[in-house]
Amino acid sequence: MTTTASPMASTREAYGDTLAQLGKEFPNIVVLDGDLAKSTMTIRFGKAYPDRFFYMGIQEQNMMVIAAGLSRSGKVPFVSTFAVFATARAFDQMRLAISQMKANVKVVCTHAGITTGEDGSSAHAIEDIALTNTLINFTVIAPADAIETAQAIRAAAETQGPFYIRLYRPPTPVVHTPDYKFTIGKAEQMRYGDDATIIAYGNLVKPALDVSDKLGKEGKTIRVLNMATIRPIDREAIVKAAAETGAIVTAEEHLKQGGLGSIVASITAQERPVPVEIVGLDRYYKSGTGWELMAQAGLTAEGVEAAIHKVLARKR
Amino acid sequence: MTPDSPQNGNPKNISELEAVARQMRKDIVTMVFKAGSGHPGGSLSATDIVAALYFRVMRHDPKNPSWDGRDRFILSKGHASPVIYAALARSGYFPADDLWTFRKMGSHLQGHTDATMTPGIELSTGSIGMGLSYGVGVSLAAKLDSKPYHTFVVVGDGESNEGSIWEAAASANHLKLGSITAIIDRNRMQNDGFGADIMNMEPYPDKWRAFGWETWEIDGHDMSQVVEALEKARMPRNHPHPVAIVAHTTKGKGVSFMENNPDWHGKAPTPEQHKQAMEELSK
Repeated sequence: MTTTASPMASTREAYGDTLAQLGKEFPNIVVLDGDLAKSTMTIRFGKAYPDRFFYMGIQEQNMMVIAAGLSRSGKVPFVSTFAVFATARAFDQMRLAISQMKANVKVVCTHAGITTGEDGSSAHAIEDIALTNTLINFTVIAPADAIETAQAIRAAAETQGPFYIRLYRPPTPVVHTPDYKFTIGKAEQMRYGDDATIIAYGNLVKPALDVSDKLGKEGKTIRVLNMATIRPIDREAIVKAAAETGAIVTAEEHLKQGGLGSIVASITAQERPVPVEIVGLDRYYKSGTGWELMAQAGLTAEGVEAAIHKVLARKR
Repeated sequence: MTPDSPQNGNPKNISELEAVARQMRKDIVTMVFKAGSGHPGGSLSATDIVAALYFRVMRHDPKNPSWDGRDRFILSKGHASPVIYAALARSGYFPADDLWTFRKMGSHLQGHTDATMTPGIELSTGSIGMGLSYGVGVSLAAKLDSKPYHTFVVVGDGESNEGSIWEAAASANHLKLGSITAIIDRNRMQNDGFGADIMNMEPYPDKWRAFGWETWEIDGHDMSQVVEALEKARMPRNHPHPVAIVAHTTKGKGVSFMENNPDWHGKAPTPEQHKQAMEELSK
């Protein structure tokens, strides 16, 4: 339950390593990658199982539908590229050939969000959660760290149906201990608290924990929920947080429009209205290191803390 | 037929296939008439090809639509759904009376094919340009597991405006798939008019050859040519490459006022037009 001393680990390396392990246990797993296997780390599966690894070229639309065809014939395809190319360019294919068909395809993307950094706006997937949350039959997971990533990948392999899993380019803070157990669809309460709740996923979980710890020393107890599963969302945990803490801050490395903030605001408005402050993005970002851009966007402990003070003021 | 390769009854001869195709054309026009909407033109252009596949060439089992050994048929140009519904009904997947529920509330026969609704439909379609990719996936699975089934995909020439068709074409060659055949229903028309005016894709057969497909051209309404090409395509190949059959067809084939008129891409006949069509198709 406690934050470790913030070592960093790569979610995409955790993906590549987990996939290579799963290859042994699941002979039906096949892996399709665009032309980015050395970046998405699917190359680690490709080296271990070259007969079940396919370069699909820079053809995201084709790759998605080929995966759907493979899945209908009993294969379990993992499809990887950068988040922006899968969700934005091949959305129609994900919608009809995978979601509508309930195809057993696992779309695992790296380079989500602005921590992708130097490549600039075109490479920053800041809409992918909004897009994939509309894919009715998908399970959408945004792991908080490498430990959760490994478990989410395994859960996707073991669970029938389409998945979207959102990973990052740079190493990110590790917020879990090795004994952590991930469950699809369940928010993880990482800090207890009664004064307000921070609901976060991915790279914003660590700042959320830091804010809770800091304010705890000042006598305020701030609940922290790691909402790794975006779809299906844990409504119960959100309504409970609204009822028990009376104020919510959401935090995510994604557009405010259509992200976790929109989801939480919609649920609380309908079931338990409370003040909600949304920490996220509302414009395109340019080149820079990932953490420079995060600071510029206010996706930091300071940014989350400012939102907590705002929401507590509104609560009164 | 060996026990592990069921087919719908005895394979039909050429004149029997022509009779089946006539019945399917009546079904198509009547389905669209009763629905009050739909796409007759591109259904009628593909009818002889689909009839030959379902009543002679393909291994399939109407009583067991998910039989693992079935040949896969994918109608990538899914707006021509009436042609596959007619073939599925007449080969025994579901009662022919179901055809008259086409496009209506509660029907399993959706406007565009829906794999979650209809027995025998492999892929949900309607966003064109996906069927060939799906066929590549299905055919790749057969190759990985050394399964003997063949994959047939009917692609529209209008549909081939979509870049994703050419992604799929490149990948079938790259993956050395020797058990997939694309039949291009080359009726020269698309929604708004003639392909030459909307998006010129000439030289068309040359494009398939350039993408690495062994490419044949046939008259898509000459049943002998259709059967010969499809049976040859289904035989085990001595080369690991896909085959494209460019079938020269007539949009609206069999109904005089629909033939070669782009207006009949997606329009229902009036009662008088339906009556005339039935008379022409009964000759």
